[in-house]
Amino acid sequence: MDKPFYFYTGLSIVELTGRRARNLVDLLDGIETLPGSSIYYHTHRFLIQHHYMFSEPLNDFAFWISDVLQEDLLAERIASVDIMQFSSIRQLRDRFIDIIEAYLKDNRELRTAPSGEEFHFMKCRTFVLPTHHAAETLEEFAAMIEKISRHSLYFHIFESRLRLEKETNDFSYWLETSLGENELAEKIARLDPYTQTLEGLRKTIHTLVTRRLEGR
Amino acid sequence: MAHIKEYIPIVGQSIIDELYLLAERLEGKVIQTVNSTAVGGGVAEILNCMVPLMEEIGVEMYWDLIKGGENFFNVTKKFHNALHGREEAITDDVLEIFMETSLQNVANMKMNGDIILIHDPQPIVLIKNRSKLPEAHWIWRCHIDVSNPDRKLWRFLRQFMLEYDACIFSAPVFSQRLVDTESGKEVDQFLVSPSIDPLSAKNKEIPRETIDVVLEKYGISTDKPIVSQISRYDYLKDPVGVIEAYKLVKRYIDCQLVLAGNVASDDPEHDKVYSEVKEHADKDPDIHPLVIDPAHNDIEINALQRASDVIVQKSLKEGFALTVTEALWKAKPVVASAVGGIPLQITNDYSGVLVRTVEGTARSIRQLLQSPEYARRLGENGHEHIKNNFLITRHIRDYLLLFLSTMHKGDVVSL
Repeated sequence: MDKPFYFYTGLSIVELTGRRARNLVDLLDGIETLPGSSIYYHTHRFLIQHHYMFSEPLNDFAFWISDVLQEDLLAERIASVDIMQFSSIRQLRDRFIDIIEAYLKDNRELRTAPSGEEFHFMKCRTFVLPTHHAAETLEEFAAMIEKISRHSLYFHIFESRLRLEKETNDFSYWLETSLGENELAEKIARLDPYTQTLEGLRKTIHTLVTRRLEGR
Repeated sequence: MAHIKEYIPIVGQSIIDELYLLAERLEGKVIQTVNSTAVGGGVAEILNCMVPLMEEIGVEMYWDLIKGGENFFNVTKKFHNALHGREEAITDDVLEIFMETSLQNVANMKMNGDIILIHDPQPIVLIKNRSKLPEAHWIWRCHIDVSNPDRKLWRFLRQFMLEYDACIFSAPVFSQRLVDTESGKEVDQFLVSPSIDPLSAKNKEIPRETIDVVLEKYGISTDKPIVSQISRYDYLKDPVGVIEAYKLVKRYIDCQLVLAGNVASDDPEHDKVYSEVKEHADKDPDIHPLVIDPAHNDIEINALQRASDVIVQKSLKEGFALTVTEALWKAKPVVASAVGGIPLQITNDYSGVLVRTVEGTARSIRQLLQSPEYARRLGENGHEHIKNNFLITRHIRDYLLLFLSTMHKGDVVSL
């Protein structure tokens, strides 16, 4: 019998660090020294808090650089970092550091945030819990995708891959290794989840699975 | 009081299921929460809703109140103002009055929680009971905008904050590093936004007839647009500034202004501010400065908010501004100051309008009254944002995670 897929959920609480940045040097210092959970939080907060909005999410660093420091070139570079290409927070952090350092080399004059508009570094603590949902077959998996919470969907697609440093999202891994659904697994792995709402993503995955069931 | 299952049609079954999953992990733990008033103000409102719901999902939670006389609450009102950055004389005598009542509460209050959650400065000294419950986890919850506090008072309160295991603030801008310079111990800090109860008398759907009855009771016309600010009579809510903005709008649009507040038992400044508001209203029949009947407070506030065409919150300082949350939940276009927790609720020009001046407030009110489609869009976006982030079910989840956080360290915790 195939190994069932057990659905988990990831629920996070936000921690305040009390650290803030007034300029790019402060921001760089924070990115270099704060824990990975801070980098993760500032690059993923938007996805869960504004999951119903259609506009492409900006990460917090890019938004502050653009909105407050008005360094639009740098903001675009930071916003354009393709998180799907990184398999760990450490790599992602290094990429941000490289971009900001390169920018600072060419741009010596530092802009300072007005009082009250500093960047506040935060981080998140995530609790991972098993839900009561499981799927043994592709049919059951399709049904569960419609039923699970958005936190559960978010955990298996985003959090598990990047924070737990897995090679792919949990769904694709199970579809391939337990059901031998390599093509479907590949299609889900190649989705661009950062440019969709969570409900949009849920629908897309459900459609892919349903089409596969219909085509059997 | 609503039952937890009644929230399912609003937030979805899976969100409620997750509350039960978290509550299971707290089985056998007793939560004790303490504040200074059972009625009036946002904290009491939240606890009145939250404590029964916590019990329903299986979390043992008790709510206690500290005691204090008029002198004590006059002092804590000064604290409130000074923490918001207003000039107040925080003399040694003032601190002595605070400590005298606080130590009486320390001596008299029975502490019996595994996790103890203390709200705001009034009961902060209860941490002095820590030695009686050495195994308990102590959390201090600050609901106030402390982005620019009176430094003397902050230092005074900080000594108590440093004894807690964790402190909670409502917005990132309130956070300051809390490190004990002698021991090097850093206090954990969390961000927890307050919330509203969508099923409470203040926020539930009500029939048009109920709204009309309330408007008639207070002599408010249904023929002219209604601009309102529903907030305590408090200098920090700037009701006089709202009247000035209204006067600028009135040059072009024949509208009414409703100012409506209730009286919190721990707010001695109410009468003075209310008198000043009436003076500035200058007998304009279209300005309605109302003190809401406490017996019908919630339903009348609900009716006034739903009757409004534009809702204003022109605060000079704010902890979070639950009045904004209430207004957005009712899909109303909101014009509010960019202070405290308001920017967490309003993305400018997407889910409301953020302002900084009387003139800006007036301009935005005019624009919204003249552009109903724009106003509708802002209201709808605001409603969606509140539904997803600022309802009581999210607040309960945050507290459950917070309680678990006192027992489990690490960035990713598997339970």
